[in-house]
Amino acid sequence: MMGPLLVGLYVFVLAIFVGFEIIAKVPPTLHTPLMSGANAVSGITLVGALVAANSQRPTVATLLGCAAIITATINVVGGFLVTDRMLKMFGSKKKG
Amino acid sequence: MSTASVTAILVPILYLLSAALFIFGLKGLTRVRSARRGNQIAALAMLIAIIGTLLELGTIHWTYILAGLVIGSLIGTVAAIKVEMTGMPEMVALFNGSGGAASALVALSQIWDRVVEQETGGTVLAALGNAPGVTTVLAILIGTLTLSGSVVAYLKLAGKVKGQPILLPGRHLINAVLLLGSLLVGIWAVAQVTEPGMLEAVLLAVVAASFLLGIMLVIPIGGADMPVVISLLNSYSGVAAAMTGFVLENNVLIISGALVGASGLILTQIMCVAMNRTLANVLFGGFGAQETSTGGGGKDAYQNVRSFSAEEAALVLEAAESVIFVPGYGLAVAQAQHTVHELANVLEKRGAKVTYGIHPVAGRMPGHMNVLLAEADVPYEQLLEMEVINPEFKNTDVVIVVGANDVVNPAAEKEKGSPIYGMPVLEVWNAGTVIVVKRSLSSGFAGIKNELFEYDNTMMLFSDAKKAMQEILNEVKQL
Repeated sequence: MMGPLLVGLYVFVLAIFVGFEIIAKVPPTLHTPLMSGANAVSGITLVGALVAANSQRPTVATLLGCAAIITATINVVGGFLVTDRMLKMFGSKKKG
Repeated sequence: MSTASVTAILVPILYLLSAALFIFGLKGLTRVRSARRGNQIAALAMLIAIIGTLLELGTIHWTYILAGLVIGSLIGTVAAIKVEMTGMPEMVALFNGSGGAASALVALSQIWDRVVEQETGGTVLAALGNAPGVTTVLAILIGTLTLSGSVVAYLKLAGKVKGQPILLPGRHLINAVLLLGSLLVGIWAVAQVTEPGMLEAVLLAVVAASFLLGIMLVIPIGGADMPVVISLLNSYSGVAAAMTGFVLENNVLIISGALVGASGLILTQIMCVAMNRTLANVLFGGFGAQETSTGGGGKDAYQNVRSFSAEEAALVLEAAESVIFVPGYGLAVAQAQHTVHELANVLEKRGAKVTYGIHPVAGRMPGHMNVLLAEADVPYEQLLEMEVINPEFKNTDVVIVVGANDVVNPAAEKEKGSPIYGMPVLEVWNAGTVIVVKRSLSSGFAGIKNELFEYDNTMMLFSDAKKAMQEILNEVKQL
């Protein structure tokens, strides 16, 4: 039976290999949108922020959690929207 | 089945689905055709992960969660809608810093929640467990330096801090001390300190040291290298997110954090290759600073440079049957993309074949030029990559280089001793006439002379990119 740490490490290392594999070939056209999209994904820390802010009492921990939600949400919402804005322009030009 | 057991089954499935969709989404982002869909799939994956987390929490106290989500969404949306396409690098830097801050805040919140405010009287490691305890330190360290590093990158890109590398004496030593110091002190704090007041103070010191480290790491790097830095910091923010995954024992966080960490690193590597640099050289070299460019630089004065007016350029263009635009950093800074497209349209109407040669690192970020030109409605098919366009130059009448320098420097192919020798460049000099629009003879970020400016088939047009394009456009229209 593996402890949670070991499972976590397995997952971490395997996900790194997956990350290397899927990005191996990218046309330069997409470097900026890809950077921006991957950046939005790194806002996944929002999941942790939700756990941290789940309290009724305005303790330091809760307020730190709330600040974490704000910053993570800016990263997620802003990141995905801005990436979509960039990619929308590529899409509409292809028909022309 | 009770609600609790349904949740117990459903939540892991949602997490698994989310992780799989993140992989699909990122994969989609690597192909032009599927990129937009890929981004949407990644956003969906994020939504599923959030729903899974809320289900897992069970009892949700909405006050602070909802407040955070609403405020964050508002700020993110407004920023994403308002930003100009030319300001994209700055925006990505700020978003990235924001994500790094979030990871550090989550880790701090965990320590406050489980140790400081519980008044357990024990250490962090005793309360959280060994591995989660140590990873809180890593999340705080990496998250905070991502924040401050991104802010410095933003300030440099926005021109609020000078773009030139700022080289402090002994900076490598200072950085090593800051890194090892905050790491060791942080681990000592979570392993040994039991008194809450002491723990708070030490952790805040670690935050301060990490913040300083982020500044110190980015400050010596020149403005032109900021894209590489942002990409690397993006990778860091992924790693920071993965670290919070270890703290919370949450696999979705670990998987997506690791994905971003790895993909960011690969992308950084790809960018470095395109600039013929190693990552170590970007990070530690202080490239572009005077200490490395002893051989080149301004001491080789230019001879035989021929300066022309917009009118003369227009006359040359008038006769051209094929024209290639080579846009560079200067075009992005001057925001000349719309004017360039207008000029291209006029030339096309006169029967010329117009294309664009895009160097992989043209613009302010790799791929940024494609975004800028797409914004100006330039048809996607006219944007040709370096490998495709290079054989075309010898059959081309006129090449217009707009605000590019190093990416069209023949020294990369012809001078073995040159610092940029071996870097892939656009072979514009093979064309009939090369019109170079540039503000002055100053060197590019490589800090070296560009012989192209002295070639017999080169016409220099000294002006701001947008102004020059507008003047040529007016002249061409009058012909």
